[in-house]
Amino acid sequence: MLVLACGAIAREVMALIRLNGLDHLDLACLPAILHNTPDRIAPALRAAIAKHQPNYDRIIVGYGDCGTGGEIDRVCAETGATRLPGAHCYAFFSGVETFDAVAEDEIAAFYLTDFLARQFDAFVTRPLGLDRHPELRDIYFGNYEKLVYLAQTDDPKLTEAAQAAADRLGLAFERRQTGYGDLVPALQDA
Amino acid sequence: MSDEEEDLILSELNDEELVEQMMDDLYDGMKPEIEEGVNILLERGWAPYRILTEALVAGMTIVGNDFRDGILFVPEVLLSANAMKGGMAILKPLLAETGAPRMGKMVIGTVKGDIHDIGKNLVAMMMEGAGFEVVDLGINNPVENYLEALEQEQPDILGMSALLTTTMPYMKVVIDTMVEKGLRDDYVVLVGGAPLNEEFGKAIGADGYCRDAAVAVEMAKDFIKRRHNQMTAS
Ligand code: B12
Repeated sequence: MLVLACGAIAREVMALIRLNGLDHLDLACLPAILHNTPDRIAPALRAAIAKHQPNYDRIIVGYGDCGTGGEIDRVCAETGATRLPGAHCYAFFSGVETFDAVAEDEIAAFYLTDFLARQFDAFVTRPLGLDRHPELRDIYFGNYEKLVYLAQTDDPKLTEAAQAAADRLGLAFERRQTGYGDLVPALQDA
Repeated sequence: MSDEEEDLILSELNDEELVEQMMDDLYDGMKPEIEEGVNILLERGWAPYRILTEALVAGMTIVGNDFRDGILFVPEVLLSANAMKGGMAILKPLLAETGAPRMGKMVIGTVKGDIHDIGKNLVAMMMEGAGFEVVDLGINNPVENYLEALEQEQPDILGMSALLTTTMPYMKVVIDTMVEKGLRDDYVVLVGGAPLNEEFGKAIGADGYCRDAAVAVEMAKDFIKRRHNQMTAS
């Protein structure tokens, strides 16, 4: 069985395969940076599924909806693949139910995962142009109050990085240990 | 940018060169230069509406197309929009008193649960640039905000924006409530945001889905024209 995942959750999928002895699962990844151009995710997935399908009886798509407006679901329906639950990784790491329950009350929260804490510059600062144009900060984050770090692991270095990101954005900092959330059953029961 | 261009003195250019240069400056997000250009054209007796359409809107349309085609990215679009905003701030107070055309009125806002507003702001600005009066409700709007604004502002068009898969269904809540209250047919409802598509727009009962600001302006003009024709016919 193949997990065809967003690069932004590759480490987490690998960790779960190792931790839970899910040796029947292989992992292949699409570039995480597609995150910033969701219209390109579904076509990239379609091509990757076509490439891998001959070699696997089942493919799990390691994505949420990720802002594709149902396009990933369409690809899954076309190809018989299944995807992870929820709208995005913030939701399935938190547990979709938990996330949906709190998200409504924390509209002014910007979420980081382990991946984003580690790659903050490459995935947030630079694509948003904040390195070249720090004055854009208010246009992007003016409506935010806090940065919530959804921690998959307990790594002081990552907590520090997330805290530094919050400082740079001028947001209050909160850390929430989520673990791997709904990713665990999604892989374990596959 | 080369040194040669940096040394350009805008006031020494003729009208045509200046407008061309302003479109370049807008593309590069150079707000002070845009403001200077606008002021020079005003001094030369250009009507505010002409400056708006021929320099700013025309320039921003190029930016919008290059964004659509993946040549420009969000930060560049923001800088260009910011430059245009600088120019518009000078022109806006002058537009009404110089008899610029009034196309109609739009209320626009991002739906409940969603804080994305860059696209919505761009649409609002381009609609203003096309002669619409725009009332912007900002982000995170529950249905009550929309209803209140419709009643208070009596717009022709209601615009809703959503960038999250989880918030786009809320547009249907707003439209259904309008239907319930017997208000739906009084307004043209346009929706937009990256995860939406035409099919979704139809499914929730909107009048139109707009891929980008340029399409929004064209569609809005079209609907207004149709409404006028209907009114004169009945
Ligand atoms: C910039 C951005 C942000 C900025 C927003 C700043 C701001 N003030 O708006 C920041 C960094 C703050 C941010 C935050 C978040 N974001 Co964000 N964001 C984006 C990004 C990269 C670009 C959006 C954008 O501004 N595009 C530029 C504008 C010009 O384009 P546009 O919005 O599509 O608008 C055009 C058209 O759609 C249309 N249009 C738009 N609205 C309307 C309205 C009407 C009436 C009409 C006619 C037309 C129209 O015309 C516009 C102009 O041409 C997208 C990815 C993407 N490329 O779409 C993710 C994206 C939308 N975000 C996403 C997410 C998940 C979030 C967060 C939850 C992330 C987090 N870490 O917490 C939060 C949101 C919290 C919340 N409750 O809303 C996801 C959504 C996933 C999903 N399943 O829905 C995306 C798709 C990224 C991804 N793949 O994960 N985000």
